[in-house]
Amino acid sequence: MQTANLLVVLLALSAAAYLMAHGRSVALARPLGGIRHLHSLPFFYGMRASIWCALPAIVLLALWLMFDEPVISMVLLDGLPASHQPSSAADYNLLLNSIENLASGALSKDGADPVLLSAAEKLSNLRNTGQLLVTAVVLSLGTLGLGWGWVKVSPQLRARQQVERVFKSLLLACACVAILTTLGILLSVLFESLRFFQAIPVTDFLFGTEWSPQMAIRPDQIGSSGSFGAIPLFVGTLLISMIAMIVAVPVGLMSALYLAEYASPRFRGLAKPALEILAGIPTVVYGFFAALTVAPFLREAGEGMGLTVSSESALAAGLVMGVMIIPFVSSLADDVINAVPQSMRDGSLGLGATKSETIKQVIFPAALPGIVGGVLLAVSRAIGETMIVVMAAGLAAQMTVNPLETVTTVTVQIVTLLVGDQEFDSPKTLAAFALGLMLFLVTLVLNFIALRVVKKYREQYD
Amino acid sequence: MTESKQSHTAIIQRSLARRYRAEKRFRAYGLMAITFGLLCVALLFTDIISKGYKAFLQTSIQLNITYDADVLGISDLNNKQQVALADFQGLVKKSLQARFPDVTGRKEKRDLVSLVSSGAGYDLRDRLIANPQLLGNTETLWLSADDDIDTYYKSMGDENGAFTGRTSEMRQGWIETLKQDGDIKLGLNRVFFTHGDSREPEQAGIWGAAMGSLFTLIITLSLSFPIGVAAAVYLEEFAPRNRWTDLIEVNINNLAAVPSIIFGLLGLAIFINFFHVPRSVPLVGGLVLTLMTLPTIIISSRASIKAVPPSIREAAIGVGASPMQVVLHHVLPLAMPGMLTGAIIGMAQALGETAPLLMIGMVAFIVDIPGGFTEPATVLPVQIFLWADSPERAFVEKTSAAIMVLLAFLIMMNTLAVVLRKRLERRW
Repeated sequence: MQTANLLVVLLALSAAAYLMAHGRSVALARPLGGIRHLHSLPFFYGMRASIWCALPAIVLLALWLMFDEPVISMVLLDGLPASHQPSSAADYNLLLNSIENLASGALSKDGADPVLLSAAEKLSNLRNTGQLLVTAVVLSLGTLGLGWGWVKVSPQLRARQQVERVFKSLLLACACVAILTTLGILLSVLFESLRFFQAIPVTDFLFGTEWSPQMAIRPDQIGSSGSFGAIPLFVGTLLISMIAMIVAVPVGLMSALYLAEYASPRFRGLAKPALEILAGIPTVVYGFFAALTVAPFLREAGEGMGLTVSSESALAAGLVMGVMIIPFVSSLADDVINAVPQSMRDGSLGLGATKSETIKQVIFPAALPGIVGGVLLAVSRAIGETMIVVMAAGLAAQMTVNPLETVTTVTVQIVTLLVGDQEFDSPKTLAAFALGLMLFLVTLVLNFIALRVVKKYREQYD
Repeated sequence: MTESKQSHTAIIQRSLARRYRAEKRFRAYGLMAITFGLLCVALLFTDIISKGYKAFLQTSIQLNITYDADVLGISDLNNKQQVALADFQGLVKKSLQARFPDVTGRKEKRDLVSLVSSGAGYDLRDRLIANPQLLGNTETLWLSADDDIDTYYKSMGDENGAFTGRTSEMRQGWIETLKQDGDIKLGLNRVFFTHGDSREPEQAGIWGAAMGSLFTLIITLSLSFPIGVAAAVYLEEFAPRNRWTDLIEVNINNLAAVPSIIFGLLGLAIFINFFHVPRSVPLVGGLVLTLMTLPTIIISSRASIKAVPPSIREAAIGVGASPMQVVLHHVLPLAMPGMLTGAIIGMAQALGETAPLLMIGMVAFIVDIPGGFTEPATVLPVQIFLWADSPERAFVEKTSAAIMVLLAFLIMMNTLAVVLRKRLERRW
């Protein structure tokens, strides 16, 4: 049976389990004098039965769906003669693919290798048996659970406690998705990065100053040295992030200070949401704006002043990224400034300081840790930003701090290496995962420090 | 004594002017910062709108089309293969040559035929299939013009003069003739809203990408909302204060700040390479976006659960409700508006996200409108990215128009969230 149909049948079965157990509990309670003689409400008896019916079966089905393909291919390969055993991972995939295509009829059966033909037949057989088997096992498990749930109904059964325990574990499982995600990210980038570092030494990657990830496909090809020194990428990333910060930090901070300390409630109510529009605009829109409006404008302006500005200059990407981050900085700073106790303001104003002196000498120093935390979060945002740089920054990995030239960033390289055709064994694709690992670690450290600083700061004034 | 006091006052008096100037300056800086921010918003919107509004119009040319069976090479309309192979573009060619009989020479003729979109043949085929008695008859039709002609015609009234970069003087002459006869016009661009992607700007539409976005968002919403709410309920209502709970919290806060492209790497390595989910399908896009929006939804759901006053829980426990009944019957219904608002904001974030979807192959060039969760698709922001990369000039306005559509959706979702919050949220 198809998986979707199987699920529907299972759901119907568990609904039946609910109704049957519910009915039985009511029937058992009647001679005793009503449902108040039951340990739990009939609802819980019903739920208990339907959980017994559905949960084990669904877990089994999920496990099967996750692991059916690897198991089937293993059985398939074991059955092949030694002459057909694949020698490398690429061969392995190729072999499985051709058997697959033969089985599905995408590849013509005439003239095919008889060994592969029989393997294809075996594959279809295995799949069919697997499907039948899983249908039978899942349905019998469901029926068994239903029976168990029905039989166990009795006025003494502590059904509510059992149902609530399952409910709580389900909630815990959902909360653990966050841990699983982090673990998944770490494992996936770490695993592929380790494979990359087997081919390219870590020191070459971290301290090399030349980045040209084109690997030679044929040995006699020229110009494809394949060097993986990531320093130019780090320099480019830092350059663009710095330009962005130069725009975003003063503007964000000053507007937060103005809105918090000077603005009338009316002006604040209008200007704040208007600024926050900037935070809601998708990054791809900023990228388009940077590439088609800001970059040509900068180039023309540069020409007017006698400067040569590259059409994919770091300046254009950085400026637009800065604009994107303004609301981020300003809303974080706003939170922090509002957390400074009013008594400190009053004290300073009472001594005769002007408003700006109060801000500069009392509020700003008091809010500084929180502001630093916010800026660190903004830096991590800038480093990880992808679409603006993919669309507006270049691909050439140059070591330069001249904002008018083209630089490339870590995220741009990850995208270029992984979009399009790829083979999973070449250092070229694996390099993207190594860059991803670096990006993940750096942003993780920045976020961790920033969140700690902000939290500590909040506690200080709470 | 009096003298020194006077001098102090004098010093303060003298410094006051300077201090007030500093105060004014500081205030002006603040105002300048806000003005800069608002200016950026205004600039962004005017730039996009001024570039894109023309894409909602399309130039079309009126022609007399004769469904000549000889030109088409169709003898029997029921023969599917014959219809599929028929030269419908030839009809356009014939009709254009009849319109401008004095055009000779191979290059000139080719130029003439390319006045009309190369996709016009498909429209004619669909018309003939829908209406078989047209075979052998003539009808007058508006056919969409080629993108170069479209760009030229739209820019004719511009102050800097029309964009003639890709339109020769001869073609300009033909357009002038058509214009004088009233056979060329600007109309509503229906193709843009009903077609999928295409390499020809005049044939390209956003419907395919919009459907892809819809399927992806359905997956994202149906996974991330229940999981996020369940996680929030656990952390707020049931979690004991221990290391494991702390670990979960640190993880959620960190994940909220992890760059989105990292989630793409996760999707590529785990879902595609490990679990062999097909590439480019809304299913895997939805899974990746689920993981990405989960922290947002958990954080906002926790805030709205926290806002439910403890007295409600205590009252429920007091009349004998179990912990699960307290949550399901009282806390969740009261916290629901806040959770829904958080979910809508999370969906808006997912709708605008591009980078992780590039990693999992949703950048493929897909012409067909996706019809399900496991058919290759692309989404609106990725479509924008693809069009922004296309060299044809006409794609610039298409890109801006697609951005306008995307922004309209986002504004709608955010307005909905604000309205929902205002109307349903209770102040305790």
